[in-house]
Amino acid sequence: MPDQVLDFEQPIFDLKDQIVEFESASDDSAGSTEKLREMKRQLTELTKTIYGNLTPWQTVKVARHSDRPYTVDYLSLVFEEFVELHGDKFFGDDRAVRAGFAKLDGIKVMVIGHQKGRNLKERQESYFGCAHPEGYRKAMLKMRMAEKYGLPVICFIDTPGAYPGIGAEERGQAQVIAESMFEMSRLKTPIVCVVIGEGGSGGALGIGVGNKVAMLEHSYYSVISPEGCAGILWKNGRHAEKAADALKFTASYLKNFGVIDDVIEEPLGGAHCDHHSTAARMKSYLVKTLKSLAELSEEELVRDRYERFRKIGVFTEEATINPGTSD
Amino acid sequence: MSKVLPAPSEPSQSSGSKNKIRRKGIPEGLWLRCPGCNEAIFRKEMLRALNTCPECDHHFYVSAKDRIKQVLDDGTFVEWDSELHPADPLEFSDQKKYSDRIHSEQKRTGLREAALTGTGMVRARRVAFGVTDSAFIMGSMGSVVGEKLTRLIERAIEQNLPLIIVSGSGGGARMHEGILSLMQMAKVSAALAKYDAAGGLFISVLTNPTMGGVAASFASLGDLVFAEPKALIGFAGPRTIKATIGVELPEGFQTSEFLLEHGYIDRIVTREKLKSEIARAIDYCGK
Repeated sequence: MPDQVLDFEQPIFDLKDQIVEFESASDDSAGSTEKLREMKRQLTELTKTIYGNLTPWQTVKVARHSDRPYTVDYLSLVFEEFVELHGDKFFGDDRAVRAGFAKLDGIKVMVIGHQKGRNLKERQESYFGCAHPEGYRKAMLKMRMAEKYGLPVICFIDTPGAYPGIGAEERGQAQVIAESMFEMSRLKTPIVCVVIGEGGSGGALGIGVGNKVAMLEHSYYSVISPEGCAGILWKNGRHAEKAADALKFTASYLKNFGVIDDVIEEPLGGAHCDHHSTAARMKSYLVKTLKSLAELSEEELVRDRYERFRKIGVFTEEATINPGTSD
Repeated sequence: MSKVLPAPSEPSQSSGSKNKIRRKGIPEGLWLRCPGCNEAIFRKEMLRALNTCPECDHHFYVSAKDRIKQVLDDGTFVEWDSELHPADPLEFSDQKKYSDRIHSEQKRTGLREAALTGTGMVRARRVAFGVTDSAFIMGSMGSVVGEKLTRLIERAIEQNLPLIIVSGSGGGARMHEGILSLMQMAKVSAALAKYDAAGGLFISVLTNPTMGGVAASFASLGDLVFAEPKALIGFAGPRTIKATIGVELPEGFQTSEFLLEHGYIDRIVTREKLKSEIARAIDYCGK
């Protein structure tokens, strides 16, 4: 039983309880074995129905689930080794961003990821995954190091947003996010980004400029949090559910918009139900993607990344001749 | 988000000889109350001083079109990509449909979108010039603003031009176009990285207000960053910060002066001096 049961998951856990109860009370007769099999089949069906029809707001709840695998979980389950590299060599070591060398199926890589923290102490020290400028400076520093030594970069995105505070503003939150995108866009090494939980606005995009960008099935990636959007456009944060519908920030929408390249399927019932299986899927995606990017030259990688973002946007253009244009 | 002053309309002749002073300092009629010094000032003088207060130098809102007149030599501006028009890819609707909002903003401001881009001369120096208007959906950046700026930067590379972008945006990345707006931040920043590699000079001018995704992308990436005095500039809005940390914000927090003190802008430049300062910087960096 997980620590947190989401409201819409309740029927799943009720049925699970019934199964456990039935199992402990039943004999080994053919009838009860058959009944048990039927109940388990029902459980699978029910989970499929619920998880196959999540509303955007329910997706947000899954993405924020306190048992959802975080960056450090992937570091231990996906990689053979992780050597943490701390600090931005300028101000401090932001615990909301983790970085270091890692080995992925024998491939040497640099991993960067937001970290939310599993318990209260960890959450407080990482500001619930909200990075300060030093977090982005650390990320940039380690990425440049990866470029220098030819290591591919893997970024795990999982943040409600960059931290909104006095110190963060004093140390250039806006400037550092801008600079991070600027630097990533021309980094001469492959970059793969995966949104593993919350893709919160500029704080997410600050480590999100990759050759390939993927999302876990039940994560979300948005210009603003649903609560923030509701507060501004509906004048009340309680309309977050409406804002979640309007913002169209789930993986399937983003795939259609061309904002992400791939959706990594989660195990039935969400990543929080099965870390190992989620990690296995993550590993196979990362290995496959890095192998395909390994074929590109440095120039091709930079061009590919530029073109990837260059074409994003939806607008109309009237077919009038503009004498000012050069093309 | 609520800092944007409405565009001052042309002085109304019909308002009669009575000196109308509006309670909230909203420009209307012959006189207006300056929010900087609280003095009643003569509107015509304010307009003559490029929308600044003759008493205290408070910088009022300037529309994108007026900014072009103020910074570029008379009649030299040639607009680029004016045919780009916003779409509604999310079919977004809050209390109002986004498509209706675009329409009413276009009618109200006379602009097609929040950015105007093109080329023109600054004291006879040809530049690529972009400006966002903070009155058009808070000067927020959606697909059109992102695309226009990216094309502007790409042409600046092709034509080897200095690049000037004057930012005014209380809204940052535009919510109504969702994730597509967020991605414009990366798109424009990547174009600027290309421009940088090509050796171009980018002067970013920050005006009141420059916040959120605009501050966290092109506006902060100038080789030179100028700011008008007392502009609100930052990543998170003051209300968001206050709500998160639950304490009062220090006096002058997130102003141009605050940013200068913390090392994030090169110069605070008054509106009166902006044109000559840009020209001088181009001369220092010109090849």
